[in-house]
Amino acid sequence: MSDVKTDAPADAAPEPPKKTTLSITVDGRAHEAQPGQLVIDACEDAGTYVPRFCYHHRMNPVGMCRQCLVEVEGPRGPMMVVSCMTPVAEGQVVRTETPGVKRAQEGVLEMLLANHPLDCPVCDKGGECPLQDQAFSHGPGESRYVEEKRHYEKPIPISDLVLLDRERCILCDRCTRFADEVAGDKLIHFISRGNATQVNTFPDEPFASYFSGNTVQICPVGALTATPYRFKARPWDLTQVESTCTTCAVGCRIVVQGSRDQLLRYQGVDSDPVNWGWLCDRGRFNFEAVNSDQRLGTPLVREQGELRPTGWSEALARAAQLIREAVDAGGPGSVAVLGGARGTNEDAFAWARLAHDVIGTPHVSAQLGDGMPVGLLALNRATIDEAASASTIVLLGPDLKEELPVLYLRLRDAAEKRRSRILEFTPKPGGMTRYAWKSIGYEPGTQVGAVHAALANDEIAQQLGAGNVVIVAGRANLAETSAAQVAALGELLAAVPGAKVLPALRRGNVVGAVQLGMRPGKDGMDSRAALAAAADGTVECLILVGSDPLSDVPDADLARRAMAGARRIIAVDALPSPSTALADVVLAAAAFAEKSGTTTNLEGRVTTVGQKVTARHTARPDWMIAAQLAAALGTDLGLESEADVLAAMAELNDSYAEISAAALAAAPDGVLAHVPTTLDPINPPTVAVPDRNSYDFRLVVSRKLYDAAVGTAHSPSLAHLAGGATIHIHPADLDRVGAADGDSVKVTSKRASGVFQATSDTTVLRGTAWVPFNQPGGTVGELIDATAPVTDIRIENL
Amino acid sequence: MSDATVPPTPPDYTQPGRVPTGPKLITTRFDQPDGYTYDGYVRTGGYTALRKALTEMTPEQVHQEVKTSEMQGRGGAGFPAGTKWGFLPPDVFPRYLVINGDESEPGTYKDRKLMELDPHQLIEGVVIAAYAVRAAQAFLYVRGEMALAQERLAQALNDAYAHNLIGRNILGTDFSVDVVLTWGAGAYIVGEETALIESLEGERGMPRLKPPYFPASKGLYLQPTIVNNVETLSNVPWIVNQSGQAFHDLGAPTSTGMRIFAVSGHVNHPGVFEVPNGITTFRMLFDAPEYCGGVRDGRSVKAFIPGGASAMWFFDEHLDLPLDKPTIDKAGSMLGSGAIVVMDDTTDMVAACWNVVNFFSRESCGKCTPCREGTTWLQRILKRILAGDGRPEDIDLLMDVSESISPGIAWPPRQTTICPLGPSAVSPIASAVRRFRHEFEHYIQHGRAVDGVVTPPIHGVHGGARIHV
Ligand SMILES: Cc1cc2nc3c(=O)[nH]c(=O)nc-3n(C[C@H](O)[C@H](O)[C@H](O)COP(=O)(O)O)c2cc1C
Ligand code: SF4
Ligand code: SF4
Ligand code: SF4
Ligand code: FES
Repeated sequence: MSDVKTDAPADAAPEPPKKTTLSITVDGRAHEAQPGQLVIDACEDAGTYVPRFCYHHRMNPVGMCRQCLVEVEGPRGPMMVVSCMTPVAEGQVVRTETPGVKRAQEGVLEMLLANHPLDCPVCDKGGECPLQDQAFSHGPGESRYVEEKRHYEKPIPISDLVLLDRERCILCDRCTRFADEVAGDKLIHFISRGNATQVNTFPDEPFASYFSGNTVQICPVGALTATPYRFKARPWDLTQVESTCTTCAVGCRIVVQGSRDQLLRYQGVDSDPVNWGWLCDRGRFNFEAVNSDQRLGTPLVREQGELRPTGWSEALARAAQLIREAVDAGGPGSVAVLGGARGTNEDAFAWARLAHDVIGTPHVSAQLGDGMPVGLLALNRATIDEAASASTIVLLGPDLKEELPVLYLRLRDAAEKRRSRILEFTPKPGGMTRYAWKSIGYEPGTQVGAVHAALANDEIAQQLGAGNVVIVAGRANLAETSAAQVAALGELLAAVPGAKVLPALRRGNVVGAVQLGMRPGKDGMDSRAALAAAADGTVECLILVGSDPLSDVPDADLARRAMAGARRIIAVDALPSPSTALADVVLAAAAFAEKSGTTTNLEGRVTTVGQKVTARHTARPDWMIAAQLAAALGTDLGLESEADVLAAMAELNDSYAEISAAALAAAPDGVLAHVPTTLDPINPPTVAVPDRNSYDFRLVVSRKLYDAAVGTAHSPSLAHLAGGATIHIHPADLDRVGAADGDSVKVTSKRASGVFQATSDTTVLRGTAWVPFNQPGGTVGELIDATAPVTDIRIENL
Repeated sequence: MSDATVPPTPPDYTQPGRVPTGPKLITTRFDQPDGYTYDGYVRTGGYTALRKALTEMTPEQVHQEVKTSEMQGRGGAGFPAGTKWGFLPPDVFPRYLVINGDESEPGTYKDRKLMELDPHQLIEGVVIAAYAVRAAQAFLYVRGEMALAQERLAQALNDAYAHNLIGRNILGTDFSVDVVLTWGAGAYIVGEETALIESLEGERGMPRLKPPYFPASKGLYLQPTIVNNVETLSNVPWIVNQSGQAFHDLGAPTSTGMRIFAVSGHVNHPGVFEVPNGITTFRMLFDAPEYCGGVRDGRSVKAFIPGGASAMWFFDEHLDLPLDKPTIDKAGSMLGSGAIVVMDDTTDMVAACWNVVNFFSRESCGKCTPCREGTTWLQRILKRILAGDGRPEDIDLLMDVSESISPGIAWPPRQTTICPLGPSAVSPIASAVRRFRHEFEHYIQHGRAVDGVVTPPIHGVHGGARIHV
């Protein structure tokens, strides 16, 4: 500013800065409130807590409970208003402590308690209950209600996970509003009226929402309880640590709660840039897997064909020996390291060092043939907030509701509140389709043409030309290679050069893992190539770091052949899987909440992960296993503690240069890592996709929230929610093959054929067929050839 | 009060011809057997006002006539219709007209009669009003239980469509409007205009938060919306035919026109009466042979509800008040929906109070705590007292719970609730407890009513009527 010339005399009074706040008075104290704020929030900022039940700052106020009544000086004297519905205004005088206000607040509380069963001693909420707490702080002290209380059957299940005790319900409309406004699953609502008003579901239609657990968390009484936590603990017995859910890459902030060294519950933490307090049910309830009695607590080594438990020194020595043998036989390149996306940043960093620097192999990959080329992470990265405030959100990836659920909530909100328009390209209409401004369905392999045609449309071009554009990009279909998807993304970026990209990759720390080195080095193979090399014996040793190719690799035959072909398999895992069963050495890893560290979400946001319980038996964090294995191979990585690893990360990796314990402590919402500069951006390939024979169907395979993944399969509350692996076909196409809903059909691809049950599904595009991936008992992977650009199948009635 | 004060002798209206009269405006066809049919309506001058409005008047002129008439809304709040129409934000379209035919307050049955006996008059008023406010569509919302009204309105709508009185290019003019008939599912609260709008939108009928205080700015589908009562709009054809001034010349300057009152209770001839507004007194209405013909068995009035169950009760000292909005408001009650309930001196005031409170507690939409919980609480205390299980502290408790719903228990009521339904349950309590506290005390002390009153059967309390003499 120094070189700005001004004609104004030096002594002119500076223009007073324009006031951006509103001056109000709360109980006689002056306070500056934010424009647009509600009185209830302004009072809280001013240090006065107004009691409340229905108000929740992430949902539209409804003014139902009437608990937050205060007096506001109006033109005609003081008026009693609900502070959760009243916006602040310049000069407003608010009184929260007059006898009139006290009388009214006590009156409401007395009435809320009138019919409340007061079964606090057996209520899960007791001890953390807003009704209990506010009855003490703002209630009348004793009840004068001597009539018979309301009675209902206690409790009724409203879904597989949630129970409703209507006697305890104070009808605050939080759960119902959440279901409608936030989740878009309007499955619970009020029925009856007057004193008989109650929350309920439609008959025979359960509250089957992926987000149902949030209603339990925000219910201000113990009316809603979740089966995984019910009667497990009293709040005062719980201790907690803040952490980040690493089930998927959204990175929702949570508190991990437990008692007596056992995990009991996760609760959402309101992180403004990320999850707004919400969690999906999979993330919320899969703590059960950590507690599972199937957990691997000690290392295993294979002896005479059988895995037997052993001590760490023997296991590490055996693993080191296997690696050395492989290197001796075929050089460092005969070792491939796959995985690392399920752990912490520290885990990934240490494993990347071990792989690249100690073993010296370039064949490293955090993805399992189900992701995108790592160059995706070199693009101009968007944050979730940027996506949720963009004029246009382009979806070119998976069904977010199924794969990145809370990102779905954030983007759905952007569309519902009319901040953003969603332009969706999808081979299978899904959760976001109904909120899309335009949803463009395409047959797998033809997305480049679909994007091309869309860009030629004036309306779309105009929309993309005005305002910010964020492209949410990922893999939409596991039955095709990523090539066409990458090409379509390239097409979009060429047309909208200013667009930012939010990577829609799924595994919890996949972005951190890739950025921290769990990616192919120079001339390194990606996982598909590495598995093929293992299958033909060029890769001698497969090291699986929390990865299970037999479940996760779309091409089932490739995975099977790789696991059979690799002569040496080392698996690092917390739970047994089909792949650990074939390993020669299994190194027992500490699970989530058994270790601390950091994680990176899909935006690149680094947040902390906290340890709440001690690791099972002698299981230890992946990073420590890497360091010990390096030592066994003769290299001291100098990593003795998580702090060491974090410091080394900051020192050696530019993206993480600003990440430190102090920086993270100062920023509870996390710190954004820099977009890596050492990665080459994706390079749009030219794809040749064969035409589909009109008798065939083009296959779409994608994930559902609930599947047979270890975390879900070992969480009893969730395991049974995984649906079946039926083949979904449009009813008109089903007719064409002469089959009906529920019939068994024979499905044949170039690779294999199998029998599937058919489901008639109007959301499936004509000419395509959709099968959910990795469902219990599912065999769709058998049909997929990882090298084929698309998978065409023949469907015949049996 | 000094003994010297001689109570004035009450006027005597028991002979014919002693009460002011006026022309019938909207009940002319009540005695005409085919008045509800298209032919019967047209034969008696029907649809002339519509033709006049559409072919000779601009929408502004129609609006002006209604303004000049100063007709107060007949749905309860008594807000002048012409003024309300003027609240529509200019240039915001589409806008809607909603006709409130949900009439469900105990004792109110005037709208039902208007819909059953003269449906075309209502439809004519609706189309004229839609023309005046430039509504794209009109929605006729009829109470779920009123089967005959629905049937006759449906027939009338079909006939009106067939004669090009509704629909496209009405009577060959540029004006088009559709009228949609909907009916409720039996909830009193849906009579509250914002709950009615929610219900029309397919949502659960629960009142919306105020502000906005009038749906005129944001109503149905968040578009500008005028909600008017059935009786209000039934007057519009007459106003258009005879002029707003002619309407204004009837009744009192502060309560213009003729108005229908529905009288029920202990009178000889209960019914609906169209009387000169603002100048007729309660006593005239009760005693005149033209109207109710006296209290039954020559008994005296113990209390009466002047304007619907939500109103504060009146007593014999109020009998000579004119049915004039400002007068009644000042006296501490309201004319509301025009439903007058007369209770003679055999009435058990505790039971009467329970009856009204019970209605409101059952009809609370359940949205706000003080109404949902408070009205039921009051109802249960009253029922317990009636059952002989009252405690001395219950009388103060009744008033205190009422205070939680309506701080100050004053008139007009203040409220801790969203809509006025909650405080409606306070009116009977405040009225009965303040005036007849001894009847409550008697129940509490003796487990039964005071001598000389009749207690009706109350489910769960008595097997049948008990007469205490
Ligand atoms: C609890 C409650 C019930 C009501 N019921 C009715 C009703 O049944 N019919 C009606 O016309 N107005 C009713 N009203 C009044 C309406 O809200 C509204 O004021 C009226 O329909 C406006 O019409 P008007 O201006 O022509 O009177 C009710 C109001 C409340 C608060
Ligand atoms: S169940 Fe809980 S959240 Fe839902 S309305 Fe009742 S009290 Fe509120
Ligand atoms: S959306 Fe992802 S990060 Fe958030 S709770 Fe669900 S699984 Fe965890
Ligand atoms: S006062 Fe009663 S009827 Fe009115 S909104 Fe509240 S609960 Fe519903
Ligand atoms: S918190 Fe304001 S009314 Fe419930």
